[in-house]
Amino acid sequence: MSVRTLPLLFLNLGGEMLYILDQRLRAQNIPGDKARKVLNDIISTMFNRKFMEELFKPQELYSKKALRTVYDRLAHASIMRLNQASMDKLYDLMTMAFKYQVLLCPRPKDVLLVTFNHLDAIKGFIQDSPTILHQVDETFQQLTETYGGLSAGEFQLIRQTLLIFFQDLHIRVSIFLKDKVQNSNGRFVLPVSGPLPWGTKVPGLIRTFNNKGEEVRKAEFKHGGSYVAAPKEGSFELYGDRVLKLGTNMYSVNRPVETHMSGASENLAAQTQESIAPNPLAKEELNLLARLIGGMEIKKPSGPEPGFRLNLFTTDEEEEQAALTRPEELSYEVINIQAAQDQQTNEELARIMGEFEILDQPRRSASKGDDLLAMMDEL
Amino acid sequence: MFRRERSIPLRGSAAALCNNLSVLQLPVRNLTHFGVVHGPSAQLLSAAPEGVPLAQRQLQAKEGAGVSPPLITQVHWCVLPFRVLLVLTSHRGIQMYESDGSVMVYWHALDAGDASLVQAVFARGIAASGHFICVAKGSNIVLSEELAGHQTPVTDIATEPAQGQDCIADVVTADDSGLLCVWRSGPEFKLLTRIPGFGVPCPSVQLWQGTIAAGYGNGQVRLYEASTGTLHVQIDAHARAICALDLAPEVGKLLSAAEDTFVHIWKLSRSPEGGYVEVEHCHGECVPDTQVCGARFCDPSGSSFAVTGYDLAEILRFSSM
Repeated sequence: MSVRTLPLLFLNLGGEMLYILDQRLRAQNIPGDKARKVLNDIISTMFNRKFMEELFKPQELYSKKALRTVYDRLAHASIMRLNQASMDKLYDLMTMAFKYQVLLCPRPKDVLLVTFNHLDAIKGFIQDSPTILHQVDETFQQLTETYGGLSAGEFQLIRQTLLIFFQDLHIRVSIFLKDKVQNSNGRFVLPVSGPLPWGTKVPGLIRTFNNKGEEVRKAEFKHGGSYVAAPKEGSFELYGDRVLKLGTNMYSVNRPVETHMSGASENLAAQTQESIAPNPLAKEELNLLARLIGGMEIKKPSGPEPGFRLNLFTTDEEEEQAALTRPEELSYEVINIQAAQDQQTNEELARIMGEFEILDQPRRSASKGDDLLAMMDEL
Repeated sequence: MFRRERSIPLRGSAAALCNNLSVLQLPVRNLTHFGVVHGPSAQLLSAAPEGVPLAQRQLQAKEGAGVSPPLITQVHWCVLPFRVLLVLTSHRGIQMYESDGSVMVYWHALDAGDASLVQAVFARGIAASGHFICVAKGSNIVLSEELAGHQTPVTDIATEPAQGQDCIADVVTADDSGLLCVWRSGPEFKLLTRIPGFGVPCPSVQLWQGTIAAGYGNGQVRLYEASTGTLHVQIDAHARAICALDLAPEVGKLLSAAEDTFVHIWKLSRSPEGGYVEVEHCHGECVPDTQVCGARFCDPSGSSFAVTGYDLAEILRFSSM
């Protein structure tokens, strides 16, 4: 599949994460200066130049497990802390939102407009920080350079790569159910009306030509939908009317962010089969992950700035309850590496992950590669 | 008019690929074989006429170098003069099996050196032509020789038995830029015509009595005269990218399916005056909330068809009343 998909996946998921965090910070009445600091810290980590360099290198997509680790890291880039249950819920919401946006994109290239919508909103969060604004603009530049010249066929491949990543995720999101964009079985509604993709004509016409290229017949047929031509094309410039609403902030203080965990997927057999099958290439992925996260320059909180815990649920009890009742097949296993264990292969990753909680002692095994795998399997 | 028949459950949902359903009709044995790509695996199953599933098997893409498990891009039955082979293409190469998927008879690994870091190369596009199986690898078509004609990755290959003196074109290949290449098969394949694209990919193509039917990323179906490349019919058929086309050659029926949730059936015929192809719309079916990724006729008369959709773990079946 496409080796240019990761930046789009990362930036859009990151954008959704910021929308949700912003909403929860306000709902939980976190003081304005603290809330701004959290968002600024996360955004500046996300758009760090070294990190972006790694991200934009042509590469295959990471597994869901590996990507989740990156966001875990990102969410903790500041004075804010999230419990496992809240982090799980955050990731659920992020992934379902972007899945929805990719699926509903009229043209494959529109995923770039979705990305720009996220970036435009992110710039709104950091109005008062010119340095970070500049970082975001640079990323914009890089997106234009990387994707601006791609053909429709290459965008179709990127779209397919993204959809394969999101395959079989059917978590029901309250805000989607209320807006009737998601059915109660978790599947998204695909409307058969509304504006067409830019470049597509209204279905219903059959034109016949002779050998000289002259039109000899025009007939209509009933196509079954109720479409209208797109009014105009969205702008791909640094500033402009994107036209597309996908990727803009759908949350506000009054719109809750609950998820329903039950009945998430009918095909559990296939899903769990794949997630428990050992991945012999996990080592390779860990190395890539180390390089990627290594580019994140996380500032250690200096001084007596007190941290706080953000809750994605309405009460602490709800959060505890969610942690206990989360279905097995939906558990995200976060990669946690025992720093001391493997000097040679993953020094960089070990250094970075050093702050994370260390789990049980890993067992001894024959090769050092197996040690890393064993640790992952223990989760 | 068509009605929904009983669906056939799948072990894994269908992946968001184009042409993601292959059907092998075995009327003599009263069986139909279905093949669907899930991701790293493909599922084969056989069903009785009423859609009762009889046997199923899963095939995996062979491992090779790389970070993540390889993904299958297409699965397709190739009917050759004396045997039927099942061909599977993936990021790592081309795998061929006996028609029931029981034994792998051939494996061609994609050279790791074929892929530059910027453009991934994978195999996609399978068809049988006479004694040959044509498989596309990136922008080249691999047989016993390599045919260069495309600069962008090939999406689909269509063939039909040579029609005699009048119709010498019997293989068509399409690619991501919308370019169509028309070939004559034989001990040496010859490129006859090129039909340029217009900025959108052509994910699916069919060939019927010297007429090319091509489905495009902007929802259009276009019909061309294969030997000359002349455009004869242009249909604004769908509201989103077309993902699959199929033919019932004996009756001249064409099926088009797209990401807009619609499947349309068309009747192709030759006009009495000019002898060029004409199209009539027969039927449109909406598969609610389903991004269709594969569709095929299930019988030679085109009176039944099957559909797969992204994220859907079943094959939907329709038959005319």
